[in-house]
This record gives sequence, C-alpha cells and structure tokens, in this order.
Amino acid sequence: MDSQAIATQPVEDHAEHAHHPPYLRHHFANLEQQKETSTFGMWLFLLTEIMFFGGLFCAYLIYRNWYYPAFVAGSHQLSILLGAINTAVLICSSFTMAMGVHAAEMRWRKPLIGWLLATIALGCVFLGIKAVEYNEKWEKHHVPGLNFSVDSFVHQDPHYPEDKPLPLDMAEKTQVYFSLYFAMTGMHALHMVIGVSLLIILVVRAWQGAYTQGHMTTVENFGLYWHFVDIVWIFLFPLLYLISRHQ
Amino acid sequence: MSTIVSLPDQTTATLPKRSYLNDGYGLKSWLLTGDHKRIAILYLISITFFFFIGGFFAGMVRLELLTPPTDLMAADTYNKMFTMHGIVMVFLFLVPSVPATIGNFVLPIMVGAKDLAFPKINLLSWYLYVVGGVMTLAALILGGVDTGWTFTTPLSTHYLNTHVVTAGLAVFVAGFSSIFTGLNFIVTVHRMRAPGMTWFRLPLFVWSHYAASVLMVLGTPVLAITLVLVVLERVIGIGVFDPAKGGDPLLFQHLFWFYSHPAVYIMILPGMGVISEVISTFSRKRVFGYTAVAFSSVAIAVFAFFVWAHHMFIMGISNYSALVFSLLTMLVAVPSAIKIFNWSFTLYKGSITFETPMLYAFGFMGLFTIGGLTGVFLGSMGMDIHLTETYFIVAHFHFVMVGGMLMAFLSGVHFWWPKMTGRMYPEGLSKLAALVTFIGFNLTFFPQFILGYLGMPRRYAAYPPEFQVLNVLSTAGATVLGVGYLLPMLYLTWSLKYGKIAGPNPWQATGLEWQIQSPPITSNFEETPVIDYEAYDYEWLANKTRHEVQTVG
Repeated sequence: MDSQAIATQPVEDHAEHAHHPPYLRHHFANLEQQKETSTFGMWLFLLTEIMFFGGLFCAYLIYRNWYYPAFVAGSHQLSILLGAINTAVLICSSFTMAMGVHAAEMRWRKPLIGWLLATIALGCVFLGIKAVEYNEKWEKHHVPGLNFSVDSFVHQDPHYPEDKPLPLDMAEKTQVYFSLYFAMTGMHALHMVIGVSLLIILVVRAWQGAYTQGHMTTVENFGLYWHFVDIVWIFLFPLLYLISRHQ
Repeated sequence: MSTIVSLPDQTTATLPKRSYLNDGYGLKSWLLTGDHKRIAILYLISITFFFFIGGFFAGMVRLELLTPPTDLMAADTYNKMFTMHGIVMVFLFLVPSVPATIGNFVLPIMVGAKDLAFPKINLLSWYLYVVGGVMTLAALILGGVDTGWTFTTPLSTHYLNTHVVTAGLAVFVAGFSSIFTGLNFIVTVHRMRAPGMTWFRLPLFVWSHYAASVLMVLGTPVLAITLVLVVLERVIGIGVFDPAKGGDPLLFQHLFWFYSHPAVYIMILPGMGVISEVISTFSRKRVFGYTAVAFSSVAIAVFAFFVWAHHMFIMGISNYSALVFSLLTMLVAVPSAIKIFNWSFTLYKGSITFETPMLYAFGFMGLFTIGGLTGVFLGSMGMDIHLTETYFIVAHFHFVMVGGMLMAFLSGVHFWWPKMTGRMYPEGLSKLAALVTFIGFNLTFFPQFILGYLGMPRRYAAYPPEFQVLNVLSTAGATVLGVGYLLPMLYLTWSLKYGKIAGPNPWQATGLEWQIQSPPITSNFEETPVIDYEAYDYEWLANKTRHEVQTVG
C-alpha cells in the first residue's frame, strides 16, 4: 500500500483550530478520515453480526439435513401470509431508512425526521406481527420447553392432505425446528428492538438539528445496521417459511 | 549486525511537567476518559485484580491436590474451584491481558495516532469487561459454577443446580468487550497510521495484535450465540443441544471450540508481539525475517479457524474428520516455529543485554516451545486418545498460557513500565522475580506432564497415593510461582513513587512510542510524526541520538 493513500494526522495549528467543525473529533485529521473510519468500523461490526447469526444458520443447516420431514412439517405450521407481509414491511422500512439517509445528506431536517419516524412505525408493525405469530405458536403448543405438544404432527393435517402424519420419534424432532425458529427469529427481533430504540434516539437528536449540518455519519451507519437486520430476515423467511413446503 | 547502543544516562532525566497522568484529576477524569492510555491503566488494574482472584482458585486446587484423598474441600467445591479458576483466567485475564492493557497503551502510539479510532467504544469495552467481571463474581458469591470453563452440555443445561446462567451471561458480556477491542484495533491499524507508516514499517507488535483482533472479531460472536443457546436451553428449555428433543450436544462442542480454539491464539498472539519487540530491543538488531514473522502471525490467525475439532477427538466425531483436523493441527506448528527460529536468529550476533523484560522473553521462548511441541503430541490422534483429559493436557496448555503468555505479559509490563509511568522498576528485585517465576513455573507444571503420561485424569479432587510425590512437587512449585507473581505487584506499586525517573527512551528502542516523552502527553505527539525509517532501524536511532538536541518538557 502506498503511503499516499494513508490519511494524515492533524498538524497542530492554533490558527486553523477555529475552522474545525465542532463534530470533528480531536484525533482525526479531517472529516474524510473520520467518516471513513467510522464506516469501516460499522462494516466490521456487521461482520461480527454475520458470525453471530452464522452459528444459528449452521445449526439450522445440520438439523434440517437430519430431520428433514420434521422441518417440513414444522414449516407447515407457519403462516406464509404473515411472513410475507412482514417481509414487505421490512423491505419498505429499508426504503424509508434509505430515504432518511438521503434526507440527511440533503440537509433536510423535517423530511429526515419524517422518514425516521416512518422507519420506526414499520419496525413496530413488524414486531407487532411477530408477536401475533408468537402468540399463535403458544396457542398451538409449539413452544419447546414451555408449552409443547406433538399433537399437530402425529395426526393428519387437513391443510396438507397429501402429507402423511409423522411417526412419533420424528414428530418429537419438530422441537428442534421450533427451537431454531424461536432462537433465530428471536435474535432477529432483539436486533429490531435495539434498532427501534436507536431510531428513537436518532429522531430526538435529528429534532435538535444534529444530522443536517453536514455530519451525518451516524445516520448513514445506522442505516447500514438497519439494512443488515433486514437482510437477515430476507434469509430467515425462505429458510423457515418457504422451502420444501410442498414436496 | 547489531548496532552498539549505549543506554542513556538516567541521572539527569526529569519527569515531564505535562503528561496524560496529570491531565485532569479525580475519579471522574478517569472513569469517563476517552484517552486510550488511561483506559489501558484502568484495564491493567482490573485484570490484575481478576488475576489474583483466579490465582486464589488455582491455589485452592493445588492445596486440595497436596494429598491423595478428598480432604480439604468436598468434591463439589473442588469442581467449583477449578471452574472459577478457568473462567476467570481465560475470559477475564488471558484474553484481555496484553491487548487491552499494553496493546491499548502502545498500539495507537506505534502507528503514530493520537488515539484509537473509537475512544468511546474503547471505554465501553472496559465497562463491559467490568460488568462481565462483576457478574462472574456474583455467580461466585451466590454459590459458584461447576461446569468447567467449557460449559459442556448437557451437563451445564440439565444436570447442575449452580449459577450457569449468570456465569454464561458474564462471559457473553465480557466477550463483547473483547469484540470491541479487536474492532478498534483493526480500524486503527487500517485508518489511523501516520504519514509514511506503511504496513511493512509497522512494528511486529502491531501485526500480531492485528491478527489477534481478526480472531476476536470473527470468533467471539460465535461463542456469544452458543452461550445464548445454552442459556435459552437452561431457562426455557429449547432443544438445540438437548438429545431428548433431537438436539445434539456435539454441535455445542463444535460451536464452542470454533471460538475457543482461536481464543487460544487470541491469548498467545499479542504475547508473541511483545516478545518480538523485547528480543529486538535487547539484541539491538532488526528482527530476523521481519516479513516472515509478520505473515506467520496472519497464518496463525487463518489456521486458527480450521483446527477446532482436535479438542473433540474422543467425542465421537468421524475418523475422517479427525484425520483431517489432526493434519491441519500439525500445520499450526509451522508459523509458530517460524517465530521461534526467527527470534533465535535475531539473537545471533546481537549485542544482547539481560534486563528483566529480556529474561522473561527467554522464559517465554523456552516454555512456549515445550508447550507448542507437546501440542503436536496432542494433535496426533494416537497420542491424544491416551493423553487427553489427563494432566498432560493441563501441563500442555499451562506451558503455553502461563509459561508463554504470562511471561510475555510480565515481559511487556516491565518493558513498557517506564513509558507508562515515567519511572523505572527496581532492576535487581525484578530479575529475582523473573527467576523465581521461571523456577516456580517449571516446578509446578513439569511434574504434571509426567502425571498425565502416567494416567492421572484432570478435574478430580482425589487421586491414587502413588501420584503424591509429583503432586507435592507441583503444589510446592505453585507456592513459589505465587511469590513470583506477588513480587512484581509489590515492587511495581512501590516504583510508582520511588522508582528512578526513566527518561523518554531508557532502552534505546526504535518504536515510535520511545521517541516521545514518558509518560506521554494526552495526544501522544506534539506534532504528527512523519515516518521515514524502517521498523527496528537501530542505526537510524543511533544517528538521531547523536544529533539530538536535548529538550526539557
């Protein structure tokens, strides 16, 4: 790597000090370095998040191969309609978030707040629908550990008349499917809750005019996080709801 | 050829008027600081505290093993003792030891930056460490944990009534402290280097920290999710690892060791960085084969992710995967050997002096080599089946972790102590401590190789009487080792007030951190350094010293 590519450190010059924008941290030379650094840090953090979810996806892959019929039967119990609505909601929220970043770039304060509030609203809709789904799992006794029964899997399912009921030992294995369902969507929902909480902070600070004076790295980086959480769902939806639904 | 460098006359050295230590007083100026040097000191204090807690448990384990029967404590209590020893030492001492203290202090200075890339995240990392530590202490005070530090399922999820959840969450939180440290280091090395500081002018300390940081960033999240699953399984009873529900405990082992094997390199790589600096400085020679040593760190980081199943040879993985993992394990010996050989060649024809950091570094080289070679024994399947879960494996990883890493940590603390505090440690006493540590260490852990080879299993409070002589030797050694660790604690504290004033560069070392005053000012450099010399260029230093006009801070 040539040394020209390396951003330089500030040269202490008191006359110049007055020209520093207030949001330039003291240990950076210039805004460009500050922005590059924080964006790089955010991407690296998202990499750790991939490894975090990676453990779950790895478990899913293994158990799906082992207990294929149980995973198919388990996926029949999920509502494609609710899942699809949630997918649409999340994709829309990524759009509103991207518009929020754009508004910050353009230094439009009110549109920024508007787009962020829309993102919060869509995030809450997602969580609400997720809560409805969880509730349904509880009522159908599909929560491993707390409230589980193999009933739905050892009898003929009227919605899927071609599928034979599972033998008891395979029906027991649907607990692994639902364990992974709750672990994966639960971790995803936790990330959504954290995201919504951060959004509320962003809105308050945007109200005070924080991100519309040329320094919007925070909004941009949060946008990366939000899109990442969205993408995780884009993987979860087909894996848990869609694939091999019909054999 | 080495350059003959005379050490500076310290009688005329004075403490600078302005430094990071007197830039603000009071508890608040420390607890809310963004200064990487102050955070390093906070870390140093807290990991020393946990080191002695972990050491206490080690002492209790050794005391119980003084006699063959279970007499000092109940077997359950003994299980808790070695578990707490493992958890505290691995997650609260070894993982953050060098990176969070010495790395935090000198890494930004070495690359010519004013601070780490994210000072607030650095502080957050310390607070997470403290929260993790307090939760561990809470688990301890509420009654302890007895899963072993590995949280093995289904033991941890189904069969124990101890505080597994608290301890598991403590490790989870401490893990995030480690992730944030690694993230900060990587971004700093990429984005904060001073003009002229190219990748191949970076000190090897930075390279090894970079490699360790990659492991922290990629490995620790996997441990985090594994612990989350263990906690969920214990609290609400999901079935990912529960065979009764179709889960597989072996998956836990895969996920756990996917982190915990790289974690071994998270622990040792920063230590190797310290040794590179120390060996070069006290031989007054550029590290032999700089590029090879730099890339061997990267190679260790890469191999680290492909050897985890060698912890599982006896757990029922397939013969083929055991074979592949055995071969891959042998590969790790290559970059490790590159380092050891290159350090030895660095010594060749150097003008070697034997200051305390160098003594510890010699200790590291010898003990780490033994630890590494016994690792090759354990990596070969036939031997592993005989030796695993015996004291041989205990001795093996203590040679690497205590003989290697702790020696490196103490070497680094002594080496950079003048930089951190502006004062020298007492040389005579510290040489004695290095010697005592070395003797105590060998007396403690060498008998354990023999014990393990004879078949004494680990993790039992009682053993057959024929093993007593070797166990008594080991316990006696642990006592000596304890003295060896208490000594630095005492004289380093003493030296804070009474130590000789060090001056900016007492060792005539070439790193950027030695070209500024000790202790440094808060922003490290008066003006941005421009680097126009290679790493470990002692002739450049000799020329610079000759032409230097002495400035008084």
